Amino acid sequence: MQFALLIFEPPQAFAARNADENDPYLGAWRAYHKALVEADIFVGGSPLQPPETGTTVRLKDGKRRVQDGPFADTKEQLGGFTILELPSLDAALEWAARCPAAAIGAVEVRPVSPEYLRRVTG
Amino acid sequence: MSASEQESTHRAIERVARESYGRLVAYLSSHTHDVGSAEDAVSNALVVALETWPRDGVPQSPEAWLLTTARRSFIDLVRHRQVAEASEPTLALLREESKDMTLSPEFPDERLKLLFVCAHPAIDPGMHTPLMLQTVLGLDAARIAHAFLISPTTMGQRLVRAKTKIRDAGIRFEIPQERELPQRLDAVLEAIYAAFGIGWDDMAGVDQRGRDLAEEAIWLARVLLQLMPGQPEVHGLLALMLHSEARRAARRATDGRYVPLSEQDYQKWSLPLMEEAERHLDEASSRGRTGRFQLEAAIQSVHAERARSGAIQWNAIMMFYEQLIRISPTLGTRTGYAAAVAEAKGAEPGLVALDGMDADAISAYQPYWAVRAHLLQRLGKTPEALDAFDRAIGLTEDPAVRAFLLQRRG
Repeated sequence: MQFALLIFEPPQAFAARNADENDPYLGAWRAYHKALVEADIFVGGSPLQPPETGTTVRLKDGKRRVQDGPFADTKEQLGGFTILELPSLDAALEWAARCPAAAIGAVEVRPVSPEYLRRVTG
Repeated sequence: MSASEQESTHRAIERVARESYGRLVAYLSSHTHDVGSAEDAVSNALVVALETWPRDGVPQSPEAWLLTTARRSFIDLVRHRQVAEASEPTLALLREESKDMTLSPEFPDERLKLLFVCAHPAIDPGMHTPLMLQTVLGLDAARIAHAFLISPTTMGQRLVRAKTKIRDAGIRFEIPQERELPQRLDAVLEAIYAAFGIGWDDMAGVDQRGRDLAEEAIWLARVLLQLMPGQPEVHGLLALMLHSEARRAARRATDGRYVPLSEQDYQKWSLPLMEEAERHLDEASSRGRTGRFQLEAAIQSVHAERARSGAIQWNAIMMFYEQLIRISPTLGTRTGYAAAVAEAKGAEPGLVALDGMDADAISAYQPYWAVRAHLLQRLGKTPEALDAFDRAIGLTEDPAVRAFLLQRRG
């Protein structure tokens, strides 16, 4: 089963995106990524640039609405996602707890939906 | 009623709830096997107590009062369910039962039977501990869910399913026969220990299963000891947990930094808890039947000895681990053994002991990588040490331990 870990981070985590090589948060992420790869469960994923680099598009009444910034304005913002191949939700929660973002932000675990993907891709 | 009187009434309710909850649930469910209804009945009685005691005062015998109230509610609940399921024989049995349920405050303590039911081989081993915490101590599903890293809804569903199984699968409320007792008791001890969630903290290895439930686990072990005073392993388990609990204040520096066991300031260890642990260990060994928990407690006892002698007798620890591996060759035991070998004989033989472990089993086992990283670092094998540190850090949940390992990694 595949699970997405949606990683929500506070502003200081985004600020640390440009920190030097010895930054402990970067070190923690490096180690976490290595552990995911070594455990052979890493499917894919990527960190995202800070929320202010986002641009949100909507179509309302046939008119384009473009907004600077992220979809929702909250303290903790989506900072990345990781997709893991795991046998159960219990295992996914274990890995979510080990994610460095869990201690400073939040990690939402969601099963991906292969059924819906099949309907979409036909 | 004044605010302070109200406060003391609430405290009285809390106290009696804590002490009586499991006794009442065990007693009400021991004949019908309907643990869920028994819990609901006791909860209802506590709600009534919260409403009436502040107004009418705390009754003379609070437990007897709760029993009477809970019993009434229990009969209603079970009758309701029986009518729904049209099962007259059980209802007849219950009517019979209710005659026996007297007002006497002296009702039999059936908690031991309930503990054995919770850790019954027919119940999913992963649910043994949650069931005990809920039925004997009255913890709610959400709190248990947090500790076991499961969503509260899922934990609630699993608990309900387990209780339905207890009710419908004919799991008997009884003390196991002599022949089965050692194995069945092991399951109970394991479940209590799982709630304790010991941090295997000598080399920043962390293997926490249950979390934040240490006090509840100690409480359960005390209840078990009171009910089975002659079992050396019960003393052993309690000694093990008390030794670990004694070090709680020393595990973190004042700024929140993680401090590994061998570097802890022993002045911060709790002497009364250590002494109590030693008494239980003596009591256990006087019975001449060693076991897993006694050996683990003995290892902790050697660490505690540092408070007196200033040194750690690693040879003794290594020997206890050797015995432990024979009884219980778990990943934790084998990792602990390797760490002890490294201290007693050197990093190289310690590493050899680690190399003997199964590669699949250790791939996501954090304590293994933490110990391995330290040993490789001591041997100056820098690239391999960095790699092992990364594995350990990546598997760490506790931010303080993660920071500690990142710092050691350099």
